[in-house]
Amino acid sequence: MDMDLITNILYAMIRTGTPLLIIALGEMVCEKSGVLNLGQEGMILMGAVAGFIVTLLTGSLFFGFLMAMAAGVIMSQLFAMITLGLNANQVATGLALTIFGTGLSAFIGADFVGQPIQGLDVIVIPLLSDIPVIGKMLFAQDAIVYLSFGLFTALYWFFRSSRTGLIVKAVGENPHAANAIGLPVMRTRYLAVAFGGAMAGLAGGYLSLAYTPMWAENMSAGRGWIALALVVFASWRTERVLLGAYLFGLASILHLVAQGLGFSVSPNLLAMLPYVATVLVLVMMSRNQSRSKMFAPMSLGKPFHVGS
Amino acid sequence: MNTPATNFKPDRPKRLVMKGITKQYPGCLANDSVDLDICVGEIHALLGENGAGKSTLMKTIYGIVKPDSGEMIWEGEPIRIKDPAHARKLGIGMVFQHFSLFETLTVTENIALALGDDASDMKALAEKIRTVSARYGMALNPERYVHSLSVGERQRVEIVRCLVQDIRLLILDEPTSVLTPQEVNTLFITLRRLAEEGCSILFISHKLNEVKALCHRATVLRGGRVSGACIPAEEDPSGMARMMVGEDMPISMDYEKVIGEDVFLQVRGLSRISEDPFGVDLKHINLDVHAGEIVGIAGVAGNGQEELLAALSGEYTIKNHDAIHFPCGPVGHLCPEKRRRKGLAFVPEERLGRGAVPDMSLKDNALLTGFLTGLVKKGMIDHQATENFAQKIIQQYRVKTPHSGTHAKSLSGGNLQKFIIGREILQNPQLLVAAHPTWGVDIGAATAIHQALIELRDKGAAILIVSEDIDELFQISDRLCALCDGALSPIKATNDTSLEEVGQWMAGMFETENKTDATSAQTDIGAPHVV
Amino acid sequence: MLFKLEPRGEHSKAMAYLSPLLAGILTLITGGIFFYLQGNDPLYALKTMLYTPISDVYGLTELCVKTAPILLCAIGLAVVFKAQVWNIGAEGQLLMGGLAASALAVNIIDIEGVWVLPMVMLVGMLGGGLWALLAAWLKTHFNANEILTTIMLNYIALNFLIYSVHGPLKDPHGYNFPESAMFGDAALLPILVEGTRVHAGILFALFAVVVVWVLLSRSFIGFQIKVLGLDASAARFAGFKDKKLVWITMLISGALAGLAGAGEVAGPLGQLVPQISPGYGYAAIIVAFLGRLHPIGILFASLLMALIYMGGEMAQIMLNMPLAITGLFQGMLLFYLLACDVLIGYKIKFPWLGTKAAASSAE
Repeated sequence: MDMDLITNILYAMIRTGTPLLIIALGEMVCEKSGVLNLGQEGMILMGAVAGFIVTLLTGSLFFGFLMAMAAGVIMSQLFAMITLGLNANQVATGLALTIFGTGLSAFIGADFVGQPIQGLDVIVIPLLSDIPVIGKMLFAQDAIVYLSFGLFTALYWFFRSSRTGLIVKAVGENPHAANAIGLPVMRTRYLAVAFGGAMAGLAGGYLSLAYTPMWAENMSAGRGWIALALVVFASWRTERVLLGAYLFGLASILHLVAQGLGFSVSPNLLAMLPYVATVLVLVMMSRNQSRSKMFAPMSLGKPFHVGS
Repeated sequence: MNTPATNFKPDRPKRLVMKGITKQYPGCLANDSVDLDICVGEIHALLGENGAGKSTLMKTIYGIVKPDSGEMIWEGEPIRIKDPAHARKLGIGMVFQHFSLFETLTVTENIALALGDDASDMKALAEKIRTVSARYGMALNPERYVHSLSVGERQRVEIVRCLVQDIRLLILDEPTSVLTPQEVNTLFITLRRLAEEGCSILFISHKLNEVKALCHRATVLRGGRVSGACIPAEEDPSGMARMMVGEDMPISMDYEKVIGEDVFLQVRGLSRISEDPFGVDLKHINLDVHAGEIVGIAGVAGNGQEELLAALSGEYTIKNHDAIHFPCGPVGHLCPEKRRRKGLAFVPEERLGRGAVPDMSLKDNALLTGFLTGLVKKGMIDHQATENFAQKIIQQYRVKTPHSGTHAKSLSGGNLQKFIIGREILQNPQLLVAAHPTWGVDIGAATAIHQALIELRDKGAAILIVSEDIDELFQISDRLCALCDGALSPIKATNDTSLEEVGQWMAGMFETENKTDATSAQTDIGAPHVV
Repeated sequence: MLFKLEPRGEHSKAMAYLSPLLAGILTLITGGIFFYLQGNDPLYALKTMLYTPISDVYGLTELCVKTAPILLCAIGLAVVFKAQVWNIGAEGQLLMGGLAASALAVNIIDIEGVWVLPMVMLVGMLGGGLWALLAAWLKTHFNANEILTTIMLNYIALNFLIYSVHGPLKDPHGYNFPESAMFGDAALLPILVEGTRVHAGILFALFAVVVVWVLLSRSFIGFQIKVLGLDASAARFAGFKDKKLVWITMLISGALAGLAGAGEVAGPLGQLVPQISPGYGYAAIIVAFLGRLHPIGILFASLLMALIYMGGEMAQIMLNMPLAITGLFQGMLLFYLLACDVLIGYKIKFPWLGTKAAASSAE
């Protein structure tokens, strides 16, 4: 394997891993507060279609990404209203959000399928990007990739050292106790869900405005679900989400590797790889039940009603 | 226990005055124009049975519950407490019965969360926790994670959490129910010291002897109303008890102690490493329960009770089959259903969500464990027989319910417990294992349950009771022992032991027969231990 | 607060039945608004979607054709969901059932005999059942979350199906189209009404409804499934074997989804194609909830869902709407249902209406 191939694989790995990273970080915050939002796919797709249409109409990528995040937040608040406001089952509502978002995005975006768009450009940082092997991967990416680095750092600090991070963890572990000592359980959860929605929307925008860039029905291709598994894989720890996202990025571009190495495997079989990897990772991480119990937010998925 | 501090005079300035507090819940008047006043430096008891309205009243003070009417005066000023944060600002602290702690966080983090934004400097806070806890004789390590603390230590965290602030009124909800008698004494020393420094304390309890030993004045609640007030040191305990339970209730029954016949349950060298990282390992437990006797196991929660009960019920199977023996042979490897077929009945601690399915009817809940008594034929449910069985339980054990179609969750705790115990007893068990049989039920139901257990004993069944309530164990057990950190104390006839001795056992002060055997527990590993 | 939730002591039975109706009405209203925004006459559009497809006998028979796979998947999901095992994998199990049935059928095209069709169906059930058992095994032995594994298995099954029609199962005389050969007559489901596409699959589905009904309401296994779902802790206390129940419920639901897949390839399709299912397995999730996990409720909900599928196609043809309208209506329906379900367990009170109104609505 020559150097160029490795450099390019690493570059593609980060690029492919970035949407997963963003979604998974958002979902991790949401889950840390005790809410399980299975509607990632719906929010991503809505973000993707909203971002794409706005950019196509206004010509502004900035407004596109902003709209993508707004769409994600709106979708997430729909979920929050039903699960937190009306105490509905989080699993079922999350599924509903996915089905609804998939349908609505396809409906809205039907006229925009396949339209061309000028996607997000890479920003090459001089000198640093010339570092062999890792230069291109870290310093010749687009703005959203850099943003994801910042997002990771911010969240790492947030859960390690900030008081608000502590509150999110406390609310996710024991909402009744949190309520008893006067922490704003509901507000924390609404905000955490909104953050998850914003991130899913942003990742959707990344797919339709930078990664592909175009709009196609169902273009998220299960990334939302993979990100959910990633959070389990990461044991709800920020640094492991980063690791996992890039590992999955690598798994998703293995066909490039295979081509580079001159193997010929059916592309349909290779397309299974990320999903098979997800199952394997889930099995590996979950098999020790007491371990998962140590890390998962204790009230995850359980409804909480003030006064109950 | 010592007598209360004598330097208290009730003419001190009032810290809190409550007048005519009323709170109505759907179908229940929790507080009916309750009056209460607490002086500066006073330890005031709020006495009452379960369901008397104590919790509602203290939640009102702490701003969790909003009263429908009534007024509160705090240090001379009328006040409406908006929420717990407001209460804390005023200097009101509360120690909950079910602790409001976060297990995955450290002591410092737990305390910081409750303090609000002024607790930004974690290092300084940790230092303060160290000093405050040492000053009041409640040593705490601020860096430890709460899940690694014992129940007693967790209570200290709750108390210290109140003390690191400027505390003026400390509310403690049944604080002694989770402590050994010795720990209770230590707690009382701390509380007296606090009171001497001018802090007011509201001590919520249903244990008369503790109130008598600690409190300056007492207010007694019954059915949501103030049924009396007194100075405990001068009051006859039976008088206070009458105020608590009313005229028509028996206060307590004495049951004759008996000596059992043949051994039914034989536990030998039962050891088990817990799979749960927060669980307790069982250490070489030996125990005999004879037919026709009640054996009581005392102990503070979290000392291996759940694990022992799971091992006895069959929810955990034991690789060493011989560790648990019925007369028919070893049963350690058998599942719950097979053990039931061999004469076991079981009453778990959690009534709702274990002993009974909350969202199922009483009829379905009768089938839950009653399925071995001919209610299922060729895999199909005999609905008529199930209905008859449910009716029989409801009638014989006087379960108050409109009909057998009522969901389990809409029954009161006492009624549901009568139903569950009735369901188990009507299956004619030869061994009944019951966990905390009267926890949280009203006194009428508790008496009925005790009588049912004694009746079953007199019919020749072996009964094992695990409870945190020492008074209850002394009342109904024929023999007693205690569980501490997964090890079982010696067993003595109830008449031959004393509260002090059982208290020492609960604190782990006993010689196990073979301490080194705890290491042989390694052979029965459920899952690798995670650190 | 705009409104307050007050728990009911008992769940309201009436609301359990009313909630799906209410959700349906809200979906119609919202759908009408969507049509209006798109510049269509909302009433005409709704009529086109929900009445025109079944306004003649042929339409009714087509409704049966579409109902069969949805009903089979949903009735199986009723069983797993009762146990609170979240099998989201009916879609993948359906695909694997269709794939397995096809793999057998294309290899015995020339063989005749009455056993051919039962074998094809049985292999289809086996394909779906084993695919579901894989998730059950991952759950009971490795504690892997079944929602995520079944979803992943859906994607894997779809890719495997596509691989198969491009590779091993491709019709050698099919001009390189990604399709299998047409099945032999012996492997095809008999047509029930001459001149239509209604095949015996709908009979399988109706039979499954009856069996599941008996299972859940009369049998002790059904009782154990319900207890496990409502309260796993009580199930363990009673000594029910939770792992066994997970396997049984997953097997039932997977096999029925597999049968649905086999019914599609051996019924209306007659061969294996990449698009066996337009998301029947996902729609079945909505159907299961909409039908309150009750067999009769599910029967009606399946008919409605089949109608929405046909309505989507009709709207595409007559109103020039995107086919995605089907997914949109499905999602709204489930959303509204979950929101309306709050009324089963809670009373809604509006404090700003004053105490009088609140008091009168309390009873």
